[in-house]
Amino acid sequence: MAHTASTSPESVDDEVTRRDFLLIATGTVAAVGAALAAWPFIDSMNPAADTLALASTGVDLAPVEVGQRITVVWRGKPVFIDHRTDKEIEAAEAVPLNQLVDPQPDSARVQKPQWLIVVGVCTHLGCIPLGQKPSDPRGDYGGWFCPCHGSHYDTAGRIRKGPAPANLVVPPYVFGDEQTIKIG
Amino acid sequence: MEANKTWKNPIVAWIDNRLPIFSMMNADLVDYPTPKNLNYWWNFGSLAGIMLVIMILTGIFLAMHYTAHVGYAFESVERIMRDVNYGWLMRYMHMNGASMFFIVVYIHIFRGLYYGSYKPPRELLWILGVFILLAMMATAFMGYVLPWGQMSFWGATVITNLFSAIPLVGQSIVTWLWGGFAVDNPTLNRFYAFHYLLPFIIFALVFLHLWALHVHKSNNPLGIDVKGPQDMIPFTPYYTIKDAFGLGVFLIVYLGFVFFAPNFFGEPDNYIKANPMVTPPHIVPEWYFLPFYAILRAITFDIWFIPAKLIGVTMMFGSIIVLLFLPWLDRSPVRSARFRPLYRQFFWLFLVDCFVLGAAGGHPPEGHWIWIGQVATAYYFAHFLIILPLLSYLEKPRQLPSSISAAVTPGGVGISAKGVAE
Repeated sequence: MAHTASTSPESVDDEVTRRDFLLIATGTVAAVGAALAAWPFIDSMNPAADTLALASTGVDLAPVEVGQRITVVWRGKPVFIDHRTDKEIEAAEAVPLNQLVDPQPDSARVQKPQWLIVVGVCTHLGCIPLGQKPSDPRGDYGGWFCPCHGSHYDTAGRIRKGPAPANLVVPPYVFGDEQTIKIG
Repeated sequence: MEANKTWKNPIVAWIDNRLPIFSMMNADLVDYPTPKNLNYWWNFGSLAGIMLVIMILTGIFLAMHYTAHVGYAFESVERIMRDVNYGWLMRYMHMNGASMFFIVVYIHIFRGLYYGSYKPPRELLWILGVFILLAMMATAFMGYVLPWGQMSFWGATVITNLFSAIPLVGQSIVTWLWGGFAVDNPTLNRFYAFHYLLPFIIFALVFLHLWALHVHKSNNPLGIDVKGPQDMIPFTPYYTIKDAFGLGVFLIVYLGFVFFAPNFFGEPDNYIKANPMVTPPHIVPEWYFLPFYAILRAITFDIWFIPAKLIGVTMMFGSIIVLLFLPWLDRSPVRSARFRPLYRQFFWLFLVDCFVLGAAGGHPPEGHWIWIGQVATAYYFAHFLIILPLLSYLEKPRQLPSSISAAVTPGGVGISAKGVAE
């Protein structure tokens, strides 16, 4: 035993010694310590408490007329609110699911059929699709059209044509009463 | 450069053959021959280097959340404290880190003073150290302004006004420093820019400092030159492990302040937002500037036609500048105070004098503190300009040992730089 812990050069070359164990154990403790010390630095770049506190937005729907679309800001992103016409609702409900890239019935995308609420960020690469203003192009399906790479969304915000892989995201929201919602 | 090592790992060998970075690390951190008698006062150089890294690291992460604008600076610091994940930890580490950095560096400097580390052939090493100290002071001062509290604002006002003492162009220089007619948003912005820049200048200076160190290698407590490999041991593992142990002890102290007394070194007034209309009743700089602040205030009288303000400012800067000339003021060929019976006593007197200056700087300039500060200031300069030159000739040093080995391992047994028992 005595010679394994000695410092003479012959013994430390190839065979496994107690010193190897100490070195690996110490190195492991140091690595774990470094990782723990790094965490506060990494976590400081996550959203701060005040940023998280701003994570919900209230919207008054009363002034939005039938056929009108408005944009509100939620977590720094645009949210499209569409007061759909009966014709638009009908068109959205009539689409067979097998024609959809990302199959979802209209009923799964709305809480009340006249109010479509989606995050206005194209699921392709993050541009904001056109269609909120009456003068905007709405694409081939009467919903939204993304000018960046030509994705077409229908009146339920579902992807119908173009490179986007998924439907416009429906944010979490609840109706406070008939005329107000809280997003987030 | 020393002959390149042969590396077993083929990737390491491939890189090292083209860029000998592993050979350099091996030569300067592993095989690096170090006097075998270094005591714990030699830990503070590596501690200072580690503090610089900690300050840069925490500083960069604080900069991600800080806003350099008079309307937002104070609030953004409060946001860091309350809302940013671990923001309180970053800021308290940075804030107390500044104090720790100065404690470590001051001990490092006094280590050099005691053991004569500034003497030939290490004069340039010492001078680079003085420049590092100057850059640290500028960085610390500008960093203290950034939270935009009352002490930040009035500290910045007082210190920038020092330059108004310069004859003829003083006021123009101050306006130029401010970028306006008072410390204001332009001042805050440029201080932030410099506060971010200077640590990297310090980093470059530290690199030169280490380069100069590795030419003639470390001094040692005996202050005598190494005579051969029998006086040295390799840096790794002997001093890596000693530095690591010292770091552990140091971190307990440092983090003790961070977690249990984070505002111990701070001024409560700096948690009041800067108000250009109200000066706090008692403005004090951070503790590490107090001795210099005392020197600044010591001159309360004009000399001939020179106004007191100009003399005070000149003396304050002179108290650092004089350090640059230390290798030529102390002409004694003996480095270590261990063999200089008179110098050793004056060293301790000088240390006490620095503490007295610190105390004088921390008290309002009234009553006894006025003459205490004046006497201590006079002694500070007398130490360098009168006592050290005289001691060089008057003192009779004690007999130096013939070698480190003869003094440290008189039995003749030890481990040499080759890492084998002899």
